[in-house]
Amino acid sequence: MPFQPGCRRLMLQIDILLSALANGLMTGAVYALIALGLTLVYGVLHVINFAHGATLTAAMFAVWAAHDGLGIDPYVAILILTPLFFALGYALQRFVIGPASHGSDSNILLVTLGLSIVIENALLAAFRSDTRSIDVPYGFSVIELGNLFLPLPKVIAFFASFLVAALLWGLMAHTDIGKAIRAVSREKTGAALSGIPVEHVYAVTFGLGAACLAVAACLLMPTFLVNPRVGNAFVLVAFTIVVLGGMGSVPGALIGGLIIGVVESLSGLYFGESLGQIGIFLIFILVLLVRPAGLFGARA
Amino acid sequence: MLEIRDLVAGYGGVPVLRGVSLDVRAGEIVAVLGANGAGKTTLNRAISGLIRPDGGSIGFEGRALAGLSAPDIVALGLVHVPEGRKIFPNMSVRENLELGSYRRAKANRAANLERVFAIFPRLKERTGQSAGTLSGGEQQMLAIGRGLMAEPKLLIMDEPSLGLSPLLVEEMFALVARIAADGLAVMLVEQNVVQSLDLAARAYVLENGAIAMAGAAGTLKRDPTLMTTYLGL
Ligand SMILES: Nc1ncnc2c1ncn2[C@@H]1O[C@H](COP(=O)(O)OP(=O)(O)O)[C@@H](O)[C@H]1O
Ligand SMILES: [Mg+2]
Repeated sequence: MPFQPGCRRLMLQIDILLSALANGLMTGAVYALIALGLTLVYGVLHVINFAHGATLTAAMFAVWAAHDGLGIDPYVAILILTPLFFALGYALQRFVIGPASHGSDSNILLVTLGLSIVIENALLAAFRSDTRSIDVPYGFSVIELGNLFLPLPKVIAFFASFLVAALLWGLMAHTDIGKAIRAVSREKTGAALSGIPVEHVYAVTFGLGAACLAVAACLLMPTFLVNPRVGNAFVLVAFTIVVLGGMGSVPGALIGGLIIGVVESLSGLYFGESLGQIGIFLIFILVLLVRPAGLFGARA
Repeated sequence: MLEIRDLVAGYGGVPVLRGVSLDVRAGEIVAVLGANGAGKTTLNRAISGLIRPDGGSIGFEGRALAGLSAPDIVALGLVHVPEGRKIFPNMSVRENLELGSYRRAKANRAANLERVFAIFPRLKERTGQSAGTLSGGEQQMLAIGRGLMAEPKLLIMDEPSLGLSPLLVEEMFALVARIAADGLAVMLVEQNVVQSLDLAARAYVLENGAIAMAGAAGTLKRDPTLMTTYLGL
């Protein structure tokens, strides 16, 4: 044996640490995706979409139903559910939230809160409070990386989340609708006078937020469970990420998501699984105390 | 081209404009003058669809604008460069200009960009710069340039010289003259009376939400009551 026992224990600890880090980064990427939808809507409409969590739950049930009822693989479901949820988000903002809010921010908050209650209760009525999961053949596959064993679905989720973030960035930077979204986020009147239909842009933004959730749901379902309340837990984390990264900041959501994923994973490792989320909320409070605008926030 | 009849408009049921009638003909520069609070900006907002008139009519090239949204009105070729510029501060100069053709003349975007850069060479030097970091004069040029990107038939400019140094005011009026020389109709809303009347063919004086004087710019310029009575100068 080339190693002393003490040295071996250290190596083992490093492996465990690296594995927790990798797991945190992989989960964090999906958190980032969920936060991306939240921060996008906040950046443009300047309100928190309280229906975000319920929409995620609905998307996860949609993935479950597609798999359970129609035998559609969750990764294939991305191609169907993403446009579907885009359309759903678009229609919700254009025909429900927008008209019901009469241009007042506090009304938008109340309407999205009401929506979340409606969606959650509809899901409860349809699925009761049972927890469901799906079985996929690759559910327990791992990728070996040196001494690390990375669950395949999480590796896929990691890269897919970054792909979606890159696509979203490309849309915002290089397409007319993306530029219109950025224009409306800062100067509504100037946008309208440039020929940009502001209500349409709001709805597209909501649609993109919902589409992010559909992708996240497809990436989560191979390893997570779904019940009618599951979205709330994710959105609480996503909200922390948005505050940490800076409200409305897309790079902030990405970096913040990764940080939060790692913090959750490491505090789970050191303080025990059930306390994993405590680290997140410590960070949340710390950020609010020290840097309320977040890492990438423009306004203090 | 633009025909406004007995226009009544205001905010929350309180009228600001109390029966305004006004015309702009094709290829013409028309000045709309008036002291602060006379209702000039309200008039522009009603024409461009930002607020709904409470009465009267607005017609553009024979078409009633009632019920049209601001983007629909841009699509017809009636473009309003607003007071306070309203550029997109978080975006580059080039992106601001590109968005000017979001709804109209999109196919000619590249050619119109070059046209705008020819008129405002200073914008060309700053294509990548964030618009919020431009000087006031440059922001005004950007706002006008963004308006030109839609190939307007009628351009409404709300106080383009506001907040500029005297030298820049001169430059701005020269630029307006140059833009109008291409045959574009311009409705120039201003408080700079002398320069506006030099440039315009006709002028209206707005006072308390109503037209107090109207006529050929040359005639108005010689009217001794203009400055003292209506413009509070
Ligand atoms: N958004 C608004 N809400 C309520 N009143 C307004 C608003 N904007 C302007 N007003 C009022 O309308 C009147 C005309 O203002 P405005 O059209 O901006 O005049 P001008 O452009 O000639 O200075 C003023 O008395 C002003 O206080
Ligand atoms: Mg004004």
